[in-house]
Amino acid sequence: MDPPDSSLRPTGRSCPSATAGHATGRVLMGHGGGGLLTQELIRRVFLQAFGQPSDGLADAAVLEPAAGRLAFTTDAFVVRPLFFPGGSIGELAVNGTVNDLAMVAAMPRYLAASFVIEEGLAIADLSRIAQGMAAAAAEAGVRIVAGDTKVVERGHGDGVYITTSGIGHVPPGISLSSRHVAAGDIVLVSGTIGDHGMAIMKVRENLGFEADITSDTAALHTLVADILRCCTATRLLRDPTRGGLATCLNEIADQARLGLEIDEQAVPVAASVAAGCELLGLDVWQIANEGKLVAIVPASHAEDVLQAMRDHPQGRQAAVVGQVVADHPGRVVTRTAIGGRRVVPMPVGELLPRIC
Amino acid sequence: MKHLGEYRDADTTRRLLAEIGELATRPWSIMEVCGGQTHSLIHHGLDQLLPPTIEMIHGPGCPVCVTPAAFLDHAIEIALRPETMLCSFGDMLRVPGSEESLLAAKGRGADVRVVYSPLDAVRLAEAEPTKEVVFLAIGFETTAPANAMAVKLAHHRGLANFSMLVSQVLVPPAIEAILRDPATRVDAFLAAGHVASVMGTGDYPELAARYGVPIVVTGFEPVDLLEGIRRAVLSLEEGRTGVDNAYPRAVADEGNPVARATIQEVFELCDQEWRGLGWIPHSGWQLAPAYADYDASLRFPASLADTHAAPEPSPCRSGDVLRGLLKPCDCPLFGKECTPQTPLGGTMVSSEGACAAYFHAGR
Repeated sequence: MDPPDSSLRPTGRSCPSATAGHATGRVLMGHGGGGLLTQELIRRVFLQAFGQPSDGLADAAVLEPAAGRLAFTTDAFVVRPLFFPGGSIGELAVNGTVNDLAMVAAMPRYLAASFVIEEGLAIADLSRIAQGMAAAAAEAGVRIVAGDTKVVERGHGDGVYITTSGIGHVPPGISLSSRHVAAGDIVLVSGTIGDHGMAIMKVRENLGFEADITSDTAALHTLVADILRCCTATRLLRDPTRGGLATCLNEIADQARLGLEIDEQAVPVAASVAAGCELLGLDVWQIANEGKLVAIVPASHAEDVLQAMRDHPQGRQAAVVGQVVADHPGRVVTRTAIGGRRVVPMPVGELLPRIC
Repeated sequence: MKHLGEYRDADTTRRLLAEIGELATRPWSIMEVCGGQTHSLIHHGLDQLLPPTIEMIHGPGCPVCVTPAAFLDHAIEIALRPETMLCSFGDMLRVPGSEESLLAAKGRGADVRVVYSPLDAVRLAEAEPTKEVVFLAIGFETTAPANAMAVKLAHHRGLANFSMLVSQVLVPPAIEAILRDPATRVDAFLAAGHVASVMGTGDYPELAARYGVPIVVTGFEPVDLLEGIRRAVLSLEEGRTGVDNAYPRAVADEGNPVARATIQEVFELCDQEWRGLGWIPHSGWQLAPAYADYDASLRFPASLADTHAAPEPSPCRSGDVLRGLLKPCDCPLFGKECTPQTPLGGTMVSSEGACAAYFHAGR
């Protein structure tokens, strides 16, 4: 924690800042000062949601080591608006890191979360976000064991930024890597693409269309466990988050130094998401997902894996979308609905809607 | 999607492709004028499915591609003023001016916002009365009605802090400029269906007669495009010129009278610079005197000298691409110095630009 704010008095409930913070219901600079206000925020918001540690608050969590290999990852979450149809930045921050662990076959165990909070954020909103995180963590069976808060001046952040780091353990005998991908392997997608990005865009851009689109934010590690139970020779798993399916497939082709042939028609897209993309001139393959994965498996196991995915709640609409080929290494080529072929490009940067 | 699937139907496209193949007894070059049509041709892989007798030439109908660098420089200059907020359609942000793009200027602190409609810019002006909100009004006849509406709305609401930097361009004068070019290889045109849905088809019969070409008003989906191409080939094979409307579900001969009246009230004809093509007389619209108060070019005059006659010094050959004299992939800069990350011309930026469409599709 930063040194206490000099304006904070060291003692007592008479602290004017404390009463001010309580009365306004908003995060003040003093909440980041390390003093009473900070303690109050931690108690009222975070411990309330995540639970009181059995041996009190310390500077670090002390954990029992797991047998075997550890997976360790970190991810920062920045999203505007903080709440959107289907979730909030809180669920994203838990599921995103859980999924990063899941993509290397790790069972997630522990998370740490850091919050950079913008002065003026409603404490009720922060609580809602923390509750969302707690619920997502409970559902994923992962414990949030460490955390930190900082407050920045109004105008220096979008409400709150959350960074989560996660530790998981990787079961023996499983190795997922682009090195294992071979020509002839099959490419599967676990469900409809573009739902998260379009849900965000719908609220952020105030587009005023009524379509029922919700974020797909979800933890994928149990789906991964089902896939691996069905096929220990699974080559590679990836979650197509930022940059969408197009980025994910291009990264796989590039790292494996092989080509990917994708059947455009086979990629599941919800009708409302497809319509939104048509309206805005966006490519659904470039839109973010937060609860989907791409799996590359040997052809001999493709049907079984597809069935295992469809038997899982997160994979009901899973589909075989293409295969790995020796041709055009590093490139993703799609067969269009009318029989043409086109290279699927790596998106350049920010998604910029077309004019007309 | 409802009402879209039938225009992307694989059986219908196959039938039309076969028909075009049977009709064409010799090579024909057909220009699709609009960038949206170029995007669709490439996106669906139609260019590869057409018989070898048919060469598609990609026309200048992409607003991002033809907006001149000097206009962007002016926009960037306005955006960097502390009191302004510049609102633009998304894909203008990456287009290079002579020094930098709006995205780069945004990185240097300019207040640049992406909007989906000019009316959003009006709403921003209302919400932030201390800011001068400037909307980049670019595009063809398709964007003009909404842009005109935005000015009228701002006027109606008495918003003194709203203005527009206008670079509106018109399709018929561009077609004529291409036809006048002695080097042109275009045998027939697919006119842009959405432009005709606003303006009607009235401008085309005289053009078709004067230059002896078929002009087919065409839509954007694979079936629409192939039907337009089929009709163009049929006319060419039969030696007919004239105008054919292959997009009647959207285009009435008189266009949209309400939109046309709104445009006529707010804008007036002017000479216009086209990136890559130069100045074309009477090929653009500027705000009419009655709405001059909303003209950002008057409110925030460019500090640089007017570059009316000076060509843009650039190795980019987008002008040749836009006139159909050069295929994007035959440009020596294509995919090397010039990529969507480092575009040297507008045609490499928008997904409707011929160069970007070729690059993204791996042509």
